[in-house]
Amino acid sequence: MAILVIAEHDNSTLKAATLNAVTAATQMGSDVHVLVAGAGCLAVAEQAANVQGVSQVLLADDATYEHQLAENISLLIAELGKDYSHIVVPATTSGKNFMPRVAALLDVAQISEIVRVDSADTFDRPIYAGNAIATVQSLDAIKVITVRTTGFDAASAEGGNASIQSVSVSHNAGTSAYVGAQIVKSDRPELTSARVVISGGRGMGNGENFALIEKVADKLGAAVGASRAAVDAGFVPNDMQVGQTGKIVAPDLYIAVGISGAIQHLAGMKDSKVIVAINKDEEAPIFQVADYGLVADLFDVVPKLEQLL
Amino acid sequence: MKVLVTVKRVIDYNVKVRVKSDNSDVDLNNVKMAMNPFCEIAVEEAVRLKEAGVATEVVVVSLGSKSCQEQLRTALALGADRAIHIESDEVLESLTVAKLLQKVVADEQPGLIIMGKQAIDTDNNQTGQMLAALTGYPQGTFASKVTIEGDNVQVIREVDGGLQTVSLTLPAIVTTDLRLNEPRYASLPNIMKAKRKPLEVKTPADLGVEVKAHTRVVKVTPPAERKAGIKVACVEELVDKLKNEAKVI
Ligand SMILES: Cc1cc2nc3c(=O)[nH]c(=O)nc-3n(C[C@H](O)[C@H](O)[C@H](O)COP(=O)(O)OP(=O)(O)OC[C@H]3O[C@@H](n4cnc5c(N)ncnc54)[C@H](O)[C@@H]3O)c2cc1C
Ligand SMILES: Nc1ncnc2c1ncn2[C@@H]1O[C@H](COP(=O)(O)O)[C@@H](O)[C@H]1O
Repeated sequence: MAILVIAEHDNSTLKAATLNAVTAATQMGSDVHVLVAGAGCLAVAEQAANVQGVSQVLLADDATYEHQLAENISLLIAELGKDYSHIVVPATTSGKNFMPRVAALLDVAQISEIVRVDSADTFDRPIYAGNAIATVQSLDAIKVITVRTTGFDAASAEGGNASIQSVSVSHNAGTSAYVGAQIVKSDRPELTSARVVISGGRGMGNGENFALIEKVADKLGAAVGASRAAVDAGFVPNDMQVGQTGKIVAPDLYIAVGISGAIQHLAGMKDSKVIVAINKDEEAPIFQVADYGLVADLFDVVPKLEQLL
Repeated sequence: MKVLVTVKRVIDYNVKVRVKSDNSDVDLNNVKMAMNPFCEIAVEEAVRLKEAGVATEVVVVSLGSKSCQEQLRTALALGADRAIHIESDEVLESLTVAKLLQKVVADEQPGLIIMGKQAIDTDNNQTGQMLAALTGYPQGTFASKVTIEGDNVQVIREVDGGLQTVSLTLPAIVTTDLRLNEPRYASLPNIMKAKRKPLEVKTPADLGVEVKAHTRVVKVTPPAERKAGIKVACVEELVDKLKNEAKVI
């Protein structure tokens, strides 16, 4: 049986996280289909058809799916998903929102945020903020899975040649409505797919001081992240939070500035290739995971760092 | 309106858990346990709704071994009116928890159900959504603001790109994110009072739900350790190392 990957998109662009989910799916079996559910989203289906390893794209283009409200889209996925061995989605806030609903509708478990495929029914996933890795075997006929994107390379966005099939299944539970969104626009790379991430913590002191690390980010083409303390203090918006309950990142280079290194923060970044910590407290736990630690006042060294780049 | 809140007993968030040497599970012997932080936020939100005159009664539910009653007493001390303990010493997977809660919802008929977005032990982030599917109720997950407006609830949700607002018909399920509120501490008099508040115990059998395993844990292993790094003396050395040793810039 084939594997169904649910595309992450905004009705015009296929989001990169889908490519990581496709890679995970190809490790579970050979026949990978992608469902694009949205409104006016043909362009997304065309992009999905080009992804290497995808053999079939299903396009559910219907006004009820415009904002991917969980109540409606879960009914669609549960109906289509009955004929698949696996249903897979990237563990973004969107996938995490509707996928457990799909699992419950199908009366199966969801295996959340896998980082490794051991076999078609056995997967590794972090538990306890990444302080343990559980190897879990699914006993269900249909495996419902969310994929931690940092655990899998992205499939190539080009080179595929899948056909696009329209499905006209319209489900509207009629219990929820989209009211609006405040989406933060930024020219910087996305946190979860950036090659370099520089994050600030409570040590930054205030929101204006984030300009110091933004300048470094500009030089490095980096994304900017934050600790929860920095978000809670109102220095920066919530979508910048890195950690157990924020975004999980694993860039080539992660620079933590004025961040102590609480378990919950480490859970979100400790799989980065190279970690740099800048902190004035040499006892800060962040130094235990840092490849290069600099014990210094950030207000002295961050501007200097920017100049040297 | 009655508000139902779920509270899970988990490892204290400050504790770094260790894996047992036989790789069967993590070691929870003599480890400090507490209410899941997201459930504390759920309790706080419900109590505030009651203080605002929107909620008439706050009922808290926990599922698991006898010791869950500690967390239920804490919730009662924080202002919940009554508690239900679904007692079981078996492993309760999220889907089973959702099925048990579905029965509680059928009995209690709450107007709003508030749950944590994620339990910090399993990191599953799924039980609320599963309960929503089983009851057919709409869901406002990862909530950072909840406003009751007549027969609807408006929920501001924390999503990857920023914030999203949805409007849901009641009854509905809300799962909490960290910024929804700041939970209060229980006062000593309230802790004393909580001891006399009603706490009802039921079993999965009483509710007619079979505790079924949908997954099998093959093993639990420690994560890959990072090897210790070095301290650099100055920014120049840092930049040099990043360029010439790590080759990441
Ligand atoms: C359920 C739950 C979930 C959580 N999820 C997350 C999560 O996803 N992500 C997350 O980050 N946190 C999370 N937290 C919070 C976490 O426990 C910590 O409170 C938080 O990470 C601390 O942020 P911080 O390191 O910025 O602040 P602090 O711990 O206050 O550290 C600030 C650091 O800055 C340093 N500093 C101060 N001034 C300077 C200066 N001038 N120069 C250099 N260094 C300086 C200090 O030495 C200190 O080490 C969660 C907590 C809970 C309970
Ligand atoms: N055994 C349980 N007892 C009470 N509440 C639970 C239990 N399991 C899950 N929940 C609720 O569901 C939320 C999400 O849990 P999870 O899906 O396991 O991450 C938790 O924050 C709790 O509010």
